[in-house]
Amino acid sequence: MLLSGWSISLIAAAYLGVLFAVARYGEARADAGRSIISANVYALSLAVYCTSWTFYGSVGRATSGGLSFLTIYLGPTLMLLFTGVILKMIRISKAQRITSIADFIASRYGKSQLLAGLVTVIAVIGVVPYIALQLKAVAASVDVLFAGDRHRLLPWWLDSTLLVAAVLALFTIWFGTRHLDATERHEGMVAAVAFESVVKLLAFLAVGLFVTYGMFDGFADLFARAAASPELARLVQPDSARAGTWTALILLSGLAIIFLPRQFQIVVVENVDEAHLKRAVWLFPLYLLLINIFVLPVALGGLLHFSGQAVNPDTFVLTLPLAHGAEALALLVFIGGLAAATGMVIVETIALSTMVCNDLAMPWLLRSTWLQGEKGRDLSGLLLLIRRIAIGLILLLGYVYFRAAGEAYALVGIGLISFAAVAQFAPAMFGGMYWKQGTRAGAVAGLLGGFAVWLYTLLLPSFARSGWIDDGFVVHGLFGLAGLKAQALFGLSGFDEISHSLMWSLFANIGLYVLVSLNSRPDATEAGQAERFVDVFRYAGSATDARLWRGNASQPQLVALLERFLGPVRARQQLAAHAATRGLADWRELPADAGFVRFAEGELAAAIGSASARVMVASVAQEEDLGLDEVLGILDEATQVRAYSHQLENKQRELEAATGELRAANERLREVDRMKDDFIATVTHELRTPLTSIRAFSEMLHDDPRLELAERTRFLGIIVGETERLTRLINQILDLAKLESGHAEWTSTTVDIGAVVREAMASLEQLFRDKAVALSGEIPEIGPQVQVDRDRLTQVVINLLSNAVKFVPGGSGQVRVRVLPLADMVRVEVADNGPGLGGDECRLVFEKFRQGGNTLTDKPQGTGLGLPISRQIVEYFGGNLWVESQPGAGATFIFTVPLPAPEA
Amino acid sequence: MKRASLSRQRLAALGLLGIPLLTYPLLGLPGGEWFGLPAGYVYLFAVWAGLVVLAAGVAERKGK
Repeated sequence: MLLSGWSISLIAAAYLGVLFAVARYGEARADAGRSIISANVYALSLAVYCTSWTFYGSVGRATSGGLSFLTIYLGPTLMLLFTGVILKMIRISKAQRITSIADFIASRYGKSQLLAGLVTVIAVIGVVPYIALQLKAVAASVDVLFAGDRHRLLPWWLDSTLLVAAVLALFTIWFGTRHLDATERHEGMVAAVAFESVVKLLAFLAVGLFVTYGMFDGFADLFARAAASPELARLVQPDSARAGTWTALILLSGLAIIFLPRQFQIVVVENVDEAHLKRAVWLFPLYLLLINIFVLPVALGGLLHFSGQAVNPDTFVLTLPLAHGAEALALLVFIGGLAAATGMVIVETIALSTMVCNDLAMPWLLRSTWLQGEKGRDLSGLLLLIRRIAIGLILLLGYVYFRAAGEAYALVGIGLISFAAVAQFAPAMFGGMYWKQGTRAGAVAGLLGGFAVWLYTLLLPSFARSGWIDDGFVVHGLFGLAGLKAQALFGLSGFDEISHSLMWSLFANIGLYVLVSLNSRPDATEAGQAERFVDVFRYAGSATDARLWRGNASQPQLVALLERFLGPVRARQQLAAHAATRGLADWRELPADAGFVRFAEGELAAAIGSASARVMVASVAQEEDLGLDEVLGILDEATQVRAYSHQLENKQRELEAATGELRAANERLREVDRMKDDFIATVTHELRTPLTSIRAFSEMLHDDPRLELAERTRFLGIIVGETERLTRLINQILDLAKLESGHAEWTSTTVDIGAVVREAMASLEQLFRDKAVALSGEIPEIGPQVQVDRDRLTQVVINLLSNAVKFVPGGSGQVRVRVLPLADMVRVEVADNGPGLGGDECRLVFEKFRQGGNTLTDKPQGTGLGLPISRQIVEYFGGNLWVESQPGAGATFIFTVPLPAPEA
Repeated sequence: MKRASLSRQRLAALGLLGIPLLTYPLLGLPGGEWFGLPAGYVYLFAVWAGLVVLAAGVAERKGK
């Protein structure tokens, strides 16, 4: 028979052996500097969240509460999405060498031993029911497996739960406290936990598939059968009558995923790389989803199969395979359940034992006279011993709770009590990370208030329920006062006990935390720590730290302290590493300055917690009390320096931008300067041509008095013509300069553009007739009205017309003028049948001094300024001037003038 | 790093989206049967899976 007592014990032992091997492998790799903690391992190790509660309890919960078991997994899914919060916790913990959640809270509120102790007490008492849950689940699974085995395996005085507790305690001590790790990181443990996560997932999926597809015909079949019974149909739909509980449980589990001591340990303390969080944010929720898919089917399957029989629903995952003779599967499930329980117990008790050792035992030891007498002794062995005892004690407490209250509850009910306890850390944690005004007094008051309410409304009633203490305060209220009924406080009824307790305890907790914080003043250490926590992402760092500590320290004493708590070997290693970061070859040369004190305190904090470390360092170094005002001064200064450097950065950026603009402006200026030079050169050249000719003819007249009259008259005619040309040129240059500089005078009136064109044509009629060029017009009777300077517009038209007459052949030349009113502008075209212009020329004719035709062979026929001036004018009116032409096919000069906007 | 990175903000937005989707009153909407299975059961797992897929998409995106 597969399921005999010995075979089960053997297989369980073999499994624990494998676990141990995985942990050793993980540690060996870590020591060799080749960590096996990848993003996937980290994500899987978070699944230490899934304990016996998930493995056995969820099915039990589903048989009574339907889908509400899912809230415990939806909360963490949502919480993890707020990566920024978790990242901040990790960042703070690394900077402050935080080793536990008690350390975190204590460190934030001024490294307070009182607060560290308080958090530890709450955590231990709060988590004890949770440990009891594991013991109960494993014991129940053992009982189920042995139900068929008639041989009594255990003597009458030893029940299976105590045996399980003892085995787990020994295993954890053996496994978790073999050596004192200064970083408080346990890579071996993380690897083992990740391995366990895989085992429990596979085991649960196996039993889920077996029930869903082996015993029934898949999901649809199961749900169809369940729908037939009103009892079961209720379980498969969310129950809106319990909406409040649903939300409360999501909140509770969302807090538990980061504030349970073991979750804090795995998520924050054991995190080796912040980037791993990115994987965990989806892989862990995926894990939760997978392990929950079959919960409801198994619950329904169990209820359908064992209908009418008294079978504990918490053990359905075992009893269903057993009922079908699938013993191998049952064994696998048993191992899965064992994995779920051991993973939780190992991490939880290690985390708690660290807290108990650092935050309860150490402060007491440091004060005791015994330790004073033993000065100089290496204490790392003592620390290990304390942790081992703490592990044993915590499991023993778990067993006691199981005896006292465990029988009265289903698994999930016990676990939720613990969740409600750790939820009390939320105000002090969140407040500590995001609110600088939160003070130690506020945190203590809030924690005490919330914890007291939790104790009264949840833990004590759980004892009362099992009859261990009198239930008068639950049924009738304390002192018979109905308002003090433990689970209907001040008459608040209609809630389940968890929501009720969560509501009142968080109300008291947050209320006291805020109220007391606002009415108390932090001391200097607290103010400094508040700054370091809240502003961890932009904290100035060591420069400010160095200024925040002032006093006298002796290096040998600090080194002795390190050797005492870390062990000599480890202490030397850390000292050497620290010296190296400061560029010193030998650690003995390290000066006993603020930086060294801070290093020593950090190293000590990693071993014995920040509060005790502070006390120890203070015992050998005389620290000057800076006082709150000075600390705040230094911190403000640091903030200001940050602000200034930020401003400086901004100014620099502005300066760079301004420099860039200046450079561009300079470029433009040079360009304009070059253009001006070109212009002057061209102008000079253009002026010289007529001057040369005037001078030449004048000289001829002057030198030769015997010239014929006719000849003389011709010469004088040329001189007059050239002078006219010169005058025109100068006028146009002045005109252009005025237009370009914006000094031209404009008188804007309403003008009939058709009339202007007709007038211009009339004034040039003689010119056209002289050259025998046909001029025709196509102009509306009453032309469109535009707002322009009349004389300037006339100038443009005349310029275009005289250009046209210049270039058309005499005799056969034709020039056509059209005025076309369009939707929002007037288009004026002057078309000729001259030689036309090439592609490039169409653009070039608008450049200054660019003459039409071939300037090398032909005598220039214009000044080369008419078109640029016309374009300036038209553009001033808001229109355009351009030319459309093909070589040999004539040219059409077109300009547009916008019509005034119709008056509304 | 002074400001929360974009992917962290995206994840947080996803969380803020998930809260109303996974609580009442929205949770009370699905009724009857979807694909031959109870609507509430399908709805919860579908929204859950959707969040996981979206979170994976955001978190595993290369670069920023």
